[in-house]
Amino acid sequence: MSADIRKIATWVEETHREIGQQISPPTRKAVAVAVIKNPFAGSYTEDLTPLMDIGAELGGLLGDKCVAALGITPAQAESYGKAAMVGEGGELEHAAAILHPKLGAPLRVAVEKGAALVPSSKKMGGPGQVLDVPLGHKDAAYVRSHFDGIEVRLNDAPRAGEILVAVAVTDSGRPLPRVGGLTHAEAEGKDGLR
Amino acid sequence: MPEVMTRKIVTSVEEIFHEGGPRANTPLKRGSVMAVIQNPYAGSYIEDIQPFMEDLKPLGVAMAQKLLAALDVEAAQIEGYGKGSIVGTGGELEHGALWHAPGGYAMRDVLGGSKAIVPSTKKVGAAGVRLDVPVTHVDASYVRSHFDSIEVGLNDSPRADEMAVILVMTTGARIHNRAGGLDAKDIEGKDGLR
Repeated sequence: MSADIRKIATWVEETHREIGQQISPPTRKAVAVAVIKNPFAGSYTEDLTPLMDIGAELGGLLGDKCVAALGITPAQAESYGKAAMVGEGGELEHAAAILHPKLGAPLRVAVEKGAALVPSSKKMGGPGQVLDVPLGHKDAAYVRSHFDGIEVRLNDAPRAGEILVAVAVTDSGRPLPRVGGLTHAEAEGKDGLR
Repeated sequence: MPEVMTRKIVTSVEEIFHEGGPRANTPLKRGSVMAVIQNPYAGSYIEDIQPFMEDLKPLGVAMAQKLLAALDVEAAQIEGYGKGSIVGTGGELEHGALWHAPGGYAMRDVLGGSKAIVPSTKKVGAAGVRLDVPVTHVDASYVRSHFDSIEVGLNDSPRADEMAVILVMTTGARIHNRAGGLDAKDIEGKDGLR
């Protein structure tokens, strides 16, 4: 089963200044969202395999959208994250089926490498609700400058029978990182942690 | 006047394939660009605020070009547009009105001399506030199929001493438009209305 996509929204946020300091080059975060039909809304279905396959489809599609929106090469991506919000006709497990088994592999192709766990969040919700997508360094989860998040919200989604699926990619960390820890330059990116 | 101090720029593009009806071969695109800038008049009443309109002109042109690039279409493919502003709580509604001329004319210039007035809205608000920016046809305001709106907002903007200025564009009619009225193919495009 491929995803019945009603809409795709892509958002790029650039920070040029913060608290009186110029950010040069600006930090940039992208998030791409697909609003899809939830094939299992309305009643309990035991086997969620079709949603896992949809996850694989969306991991590549939304990862590519983010990279294109940032205008970068896949290798230039520095951090990523994923999240899903299930409309009221579904259940939280539907989000888990999309996000966890298969979404990561094609996303890692879209951003080249991606040794680290893709941080995630999920919730039930309705149109206009906010979904906060966590962000972490793609190759070394302990890189402290890249812990962040980006908010998505669509006024008309997810409807009761829909799921909102989000993938976020950045080409940078926070605007003015200075809380120490492992840095982007120091990361080895072998074990996904450091 | 000082140069326009931009803290953030957000571009957002939606691709709409359907809304429960027939799936479009070419998705409708709806995009917005928002710049979060310092409000030079925040904090106290200042009588003469018009000089800032001149300062905003280059920003308007840059924003319109950026949005067109994000939509990834030619200027001639833009069929609907709108503009708006959100003034942080340290300012007044009148500051938002400074965006009318530089925002509207910049967008019309970049699009190659559109005939119709650019519909607009504005308000004073705190960080995270949402603004529904109206959309109408670029050459004839009465084209009913193109009446729409695009919701914009950003979790950390505008701060009290900031304002957010916004441009929006669409590539066509509502995805399942069927409410009649003046059709885009029947417009004369002379007076900006019909």
